[in-house]
Amino acid sequence: MTETAQEKAPISVFLVDDHALFRAGVRTELDSITDEVRVVGEAGSVAEAVAGIARTKPQVVLLDVHMPDGGGAEVLRRARTELPDVVFLALSVSDAAEDVIAVIRAGARGYVTKTISSKELVRAIARVSDGDAVFSPRLAGFVLDAFADRPGSAPISDPELDLLTPRERDVLRLLARGYAYKEIASELFISVKTVETHVSSVLRKTQLSNRYELSRWASDRRLV
Amino acid sequence: MDHVQEKPRTETGMPMPRPAGEGAVVPATGSALTEAEERPRMYRRRSSRVVAGVASGLADHLGVNVLWVRAVFAVLAAFGGAGPVAYGLLWVFVPQRRREETEAPATPKEKQQAVGLLILGVGLLVAGGAITGAINGWVAVPLALALIGAAVVWREADESQRRRWRDGARSGVAGMVLGGGGWSAAVRILAGVALVITGIGVVVLRSGSLDQVQFALLAVLATLVGVAVLTVPFWLRMVRDLGEERRARIRTEERAEIAAHLHDSVLQTLALIQKQSEAPKEVARLARSQERELRGWLYGPSGYGTPRNETARGRFSEAIAGACGEVEDTFAISVSQVVVGDAELDDRLTALVLAAREAMVNAAKHAGVDEVSVYAEVEPTAVTVFVRDRGKGFDPDSVSEDRHGLADSIRGRMERNGGTTRLRTAPGDGTEVQLEMPVKADSGGTR
Repeated sequence: MTETAQEKAPISVFLVDDHALFRAGVRTELDSITDEVRVVGEAGSVAEAVAGIARTKPQVVLLDVHMPDGGGAEVLRRARTELPDVVFLALSVSDAAEDVIAVIRAGARGYVTKTISSKELVRAIARVSDGDAVFSPRLAGFVLDAFADRPGSAPISDPELDLLTPRERDVLRLLARGYAYKEIASELFISVKTVETHVSSVLRKTQLSNRYELSRWASDRRLV
Repeated sequence: MDHVQEKPRTETGMPMPRPAGEGAVVPATGSALTEAEERPRMYRRRSSRVVAGVASGLADHLGVNVLWVRAVFAVLAAFGGAGPVAYGLLWVFVPQRRREETEAPATPKEKQQAVGLLILGVGLLVAGGAITGAINGWVAVPLALALIGAAVVWREADESQRRRWRDGARSGVAGMVLGGGGWSAAVRILAGVALVITGIGVVVLRSGSLDQVQFALLAVLATLVGVAVLTVPFWLRMVRDLGEERRARIRTEERAEIAAHLHDSVLQTLALIQKQSEAPKEVARLARSQERELRGWLYGPSGYGTPRNETARGRFSEAIAGACGEVEDTFAISVSQVVVGDAELDDRLTALVLAAREAMVNAAKHAGVDEVSVYAEVEPTAVTVFVRDRGKGFDPDSVSEDRHGLADSIRGRMERNGGTTRLRTAPGDGTEVQLEMPVKADSGGTR
């Protein structure tokens, strides 16, 4: 994949994070290690980010989850209706599943943690801008957790429900075990493209709000 | 976080560590921890008190032996009851030491002496009264009853209670009256009230007829009701103020706790990192362990940001996280762990965690990598743990017979508890240890 990316024009990236120091760090890293991506702007608050994204029209937005006045999910809600082509990649320190699931559900195309290496980050940016989903092992764990059929949750018998297929669950499990997409492909005897399709459909399902999730959401909050 | 600076100093009452030797300015009276100015403020003692802590507090204040103070009170009792009167006045007007401050506990010998002096004082009081003729049996006995009752009630509603009434109640009205002391406190208060009523009743009965008593009771009741009605706005305002003050105090305490935690953890680590800036491995280790600690504090299952639940102790996910943390710290590698689902820890799962820990240690020692992935999943029928590294790998057949780590600590431990171990490795391909432990039918609950 890197060979093809090399020939293309650099991917324009917009940084959203409320810590100026972190933005500066990411910017320096991205500029110094590769020509594949180019940082076109940055913002430290929700309003600034929405305006900046509308102005610069980047291909990829690196989005912090935790920010004052609403966080990444709020940026997604306000920017995505006007600019459906912009791809959002959540970049967070938070370990709390609800934070992460919230941005994914609001429409982010992937999620990586801030401890990710710069090379990995560049690869993740390239991948989401190609339309694929990027999961860190931790996010795969969260999704498995959220979709797991556990005895405590409400019994569901609707065949229409978008539960994860066994194959998707296998892919997620390997992701959570720390396998790269390529390794998953060889492990399951499928192509890398198929792995990416599975991951993308998992992402689509996590964004979907169906009855199963609603009942789970309600029972998690002791509403039923 | 600018509120680190404005950490309140008075409200929180956190014991500030004092430089060694400064406390020695105060004469050795057992409370070298009071203020180091020329004379400590007078407080009643809290822990080493016999009646109300007045004598020991006075001794601390004056810098003399507590035994002498008590003896003086006892002797004064002989002179028309001056001792008990002085003691009572001091009891009412001197504040009690705050609970947070430390004080020297009383020795059993000191306590014994104090009780002896107390009995001596009572004896002297009676003797003095008998000699001067001040004690007339029929007046003195009910009066003594009433006073003892009042003392019991007063002691029960002691300083901490009264301060709480002033500063804003933490608990409700019942808490004000009972003071959180439970049944024993209620019984003591009722006994005290009964003593007071008996004493007053006897005095009144002696002096007048029953009709007058009834009339007086009615009048008192009517007056009390009238006063209560008249002061309704005042009470309402007080209740509101109490609520407001309680909120403010909770906020302040919360802030102080956060500030203290950041001071103890993050700031210290940052200082250490500054000092060790030329040792990158050590810096990474410090940063990693600090990150984990702070993360656990903020987002962890029993952390600051999550609501407390009582079953948070002894969970499988926490045990795994703990094991990963230990390995991270010991071997200065990073262990990225993902746990899906959770279960109560039992013998089998404990064995599983220990086996997983050994697998991590093996990876840290032999694989020659910086990162190990751990994935654990709790399913209704089994708990599975994968420990994976992308390191050297090895040929499982070539492991010599004298190596026990894998055979005993992992495979043996798993098999003894009914679990299975699978190993996938090849030279150059990294290693993955897969541990599976079936869940007992009765303890199969997840989450």
